Amino acid sequence: MIALSVNAKRVMVDVDPSTPLLWVLRDNLGLTGTKYGCGMAQCGACTVHIDGQAVRSCVAPVSRAAGRQVTTIEGLSPDLSDPLQRAWIEIDVPQCGYCQSGQIMSAAVLLREKPIPSDDDIDQALAGNICRCGTYCRIRRAVHRAAELARGSK
Amino acid sequence: MTDLHPLNRREFLKVGVAAGGGMLVGIYLPQLNSSETVSRTEVFQPNAFLRIGTDDMITVILGKSEMGTGIYTSLPMIAADELDADWQHIRVEAAPVDEVYFHPTFHIQMTGGSSSVTSEWERLRKAGATARAMLIAAAAKNWDVDPKACGTQTGYVVHEPSNRRVSYGALAEAAATTPLPADVPLKDPNNFTIIGRGTHRLDTAAKTNGSALFGIDAKAPGMLTALIARPRVFGAKIIRVNDARSRKITGVKAVVPVQSGIAVVADGFWAAKLGRDALEIEWDEGPNATVSTAAIREQYARLSNAPGKVARRDGDPAHALKTAATKITAEYEVPYLAHATMEPLNCLVDLGADRCDIWTGTQFQSLDHAAAVKLTGLHPNQVHVHTTMLGGGFGRRGSPTSEFVVEAVEVAKAVHAPVKVVWTREDDIRGGWYRPMAYDRISAGLDTSGNPVAWDHTIVSQGVLEGTIFAPDGNDGSSVEGAVEMPYAIPNVLVSLHATKLGVPVLWWRSVGNSHTAFVVESFIDELAHASGKDPYQFRRALLAKKPRHLAVLELAAEKAHWGAPLPKGQGRGIALHFSFDTYVAEVAEVSVSEPDTIRVHRVVAAVDCGRVVNPDGVVAQTEGGIIFGLSAALKSEITLDRGRVQQSNFHDYQVLRINEAPQIEVYIVPSTEHPMGVGEPPVPPIAPAVANAVFAATGKRVRKSPIRMNQAV
Repeated sequence: MIALSVNAKRVMVDVDPSTPLLWVLRDNLGLTGTKYGCGMAQCGACTVHIDGQAVRSCVAPVSRAAGRQVTTIEGLSPDLSDPLQRAWIEIDVPQCGYCQSGQIMSAAVLLREKPIPSDDDIDQALAGNICRCGTYCRIRRAVHRAAELARGSK
Repeated sequence: MTDLHPLNRREFLKVGVAAGGGMLVGIYLPQLNSSETVSRTEVFQPNAFLRIGTDDMITVILGKSEMGTGIYTSLPMIAADELDADWQHIRVEAAPVDEVYFHPTFHIQMTGGSSSVTSEWERLRKAGATARAMLIAAAAKNWDVDPKACGTQTGYVVHEPSNRRVSYGALAEAAATTPLPADVPLKDPNNFTIIGRGTHRLDTAAKTNGSALFGIDAKAPGMLTALIARPRVFGAKIIRVNDARSRKITGVKAVVPVQSGIAVVADGFWAAKLGRDALEIEWDEGPNATVSTAAIREQYARLSNAPGKVARRDGDPAHALKTAATKITAEYEVPYLAHATMEPLNCLVDLGADRCDIWTGTQFQSLDHAAAVKLTGLHPNQVHVHTTMLGGGFGRRGSPTSEFVVEAVEVAKAVHAPVKVVWTREDDIRGGWYRPMAYDRISAGLDTSGNPVAWDHTIVSQGVLEGTIFAPDGNDGSSVEGAVEMPYAIPNVLVSLHATKLGVPVLWWRSVGNSHTAFVVESFIDELAHASGKDPYQFRRALLAKKPRHLAVLELAAEKAHWGAPLPKGQGRGIALHFSFDTYVAEVAEVSVSEPDTIRVHRVVAAVDCGRVVNPDGVVAQTEGGIIFGLSAALKSEITLDRGRVQQSNFHDYQVLRINEAPQIEVYIVPSTEHPMGVGEPPVPPIAPAVANAVFAATGKRVRKSPIRMNQAV
């Protein structure tokens, strides 16, 4: 049994420690907001936070999360109130939407580290997150907008 | 649907919640082949497309798939406008398979061909107008007034003479017993209140907190997960399998053969993946074991030396070419391309003795349904296809063989438990069904003034329509579409095709043949402009005098892009124009080229004429997305084969555009009252030639092969 905290809830999972965190979240814990896209840390659809750091959960063994705080898209806010979610909704960023959990989770770390990011900061922070629908222009706008909303709400 | 067992019922509801981005009030049973009078106690269902609840909620039932294009917003806008509904009360539900939702042209339940707004426009307007008339009739009867004296106002029926109003929800019960009116007039488009206004998508919230349900997220009680080991060479057959190591892996429940390979069934994805990795399979690789891109190129280049089957002939191109003052010839090539939807293919099947439920993100509901009926032997009414959200489609989820559904039904039959088959990214990239590789030889003749007098375009490619319902007469125009419609005024034109047959499965890929032909036609017209010493924009303008809608988007894009304004050294501007799916798009790209091989697209300006626009922000989003999708192909992606094997496997070697490579994009829409046309695909074709033309403007070097790389320049 492996103990971890997921979205501020303590959970125990009975899996091999080498199992990628992604599949523990999706198959064992039913948290399907985190997506599978490539299985080799190339696309970012599976991005979650472990102790506040953006991690590609498709290649992170669940053992790496043992005893740590895991945050998934479901845990970002209970009510779509996170500035990123508000900005995503205001700008209608998603198309198919499949990559957006990962985009938002990567952007959340960026905004924490750089509350007023430049376009280059956004490009660097999100270069690991692929969107096939091509929402990149709106993602840039929405991250800037989220930064504004975050400042305004402080 | 009334016999849904409780768990399935709940699952279906969850899907509905995701689709609408909000609460649903219940399970909808479409009143198909309904009698003249709709009678329901709780809700008002004037037709198969609408349900109005006593709580004022209005559910729009769509036989279409939301793969990202925004039709789960734009289509309800059409019905809501005629209904005069309160947009805040609109929800969307995915329809079951039924003929009432079939595509009016293709006679199947499908989403594709940029056709959804076009095909649903009339019937969703009628659906909304009919419901509105019935609500008015119900109110008028209740008030004992003349229906003609009543009107509607955003979710209410109003009777101004007596200053009374009543909500649609309060009328739902009464309206349900109102006779269906015949020939309800539709609105004067000048009175549209929702159509044409920028409207927020209904599915954004659910796609921002992880609650949107895609096929890969679907669940059923006791569900198992399967991965299928497929051959590395297309069409290879299994000689023998050793699954001893697979079966020993914790969580693996079964190893079963299916048509497409060997399925490893486990209690979750990871165990299935480990189990599949542990399989030892000996394949008979068959005739495709020698297929290679190099050999295909050689074969295609040879074929292109002579004209193929004529697709368009104007005048006497051979003579005109021979007598032209200047003759220019070029060869172009585009590779196979994978769709690489972000959500890999998947399908969940729950098969019982007298019922089969299928959850999947599909573009071809009724074909998948028919395939499952055939395979299960069940009655069509016992097979239920539940359409989830699609994590991208781009054509891949419209499978003429329904292969990703068929294999899941096969596995479910073998294991007697609900099974979800999931494709890995490697399965997806190596799984075939690509945009076809193509090789083009194109020649033009110019007169002494530099005007083109002859155009001879020979195409070599596999077609994607042959054998499908889209080519019922066997006439597959997919490889020449966009080339046949070459819009420039050239008196002598020949477009011809060598249709090849290869063991590499090919499929429609966002914009289909246009993704290839626009690159060739719009690059080559640029070559002719430069050969004539003329500005590429003015050269096109002069040849489009009789094509006002082509001309309008071209001029709008050029104007907004400040065509002709100076750019820094090393930068260039390229323009391209293409008409596809009855929509006109022109794009101007600004690029810089730095040593040794770095092409950077900084800015793209697009002008779009897709007729009347339903949701302007949706058109902008599709244009932005289409440009990015097209840029992936223009700059990054290719599928190649060697010794029968696809050489790419995942996003590290099948590369697509990332945000740090994405340009700024500006989109301008031409105002129009023409019939609304699609916009999911038409923004894709012009971007590759716009970039190639910009690269030429920046460097003087022409790249005639995509992806566009400077080491391919001539």
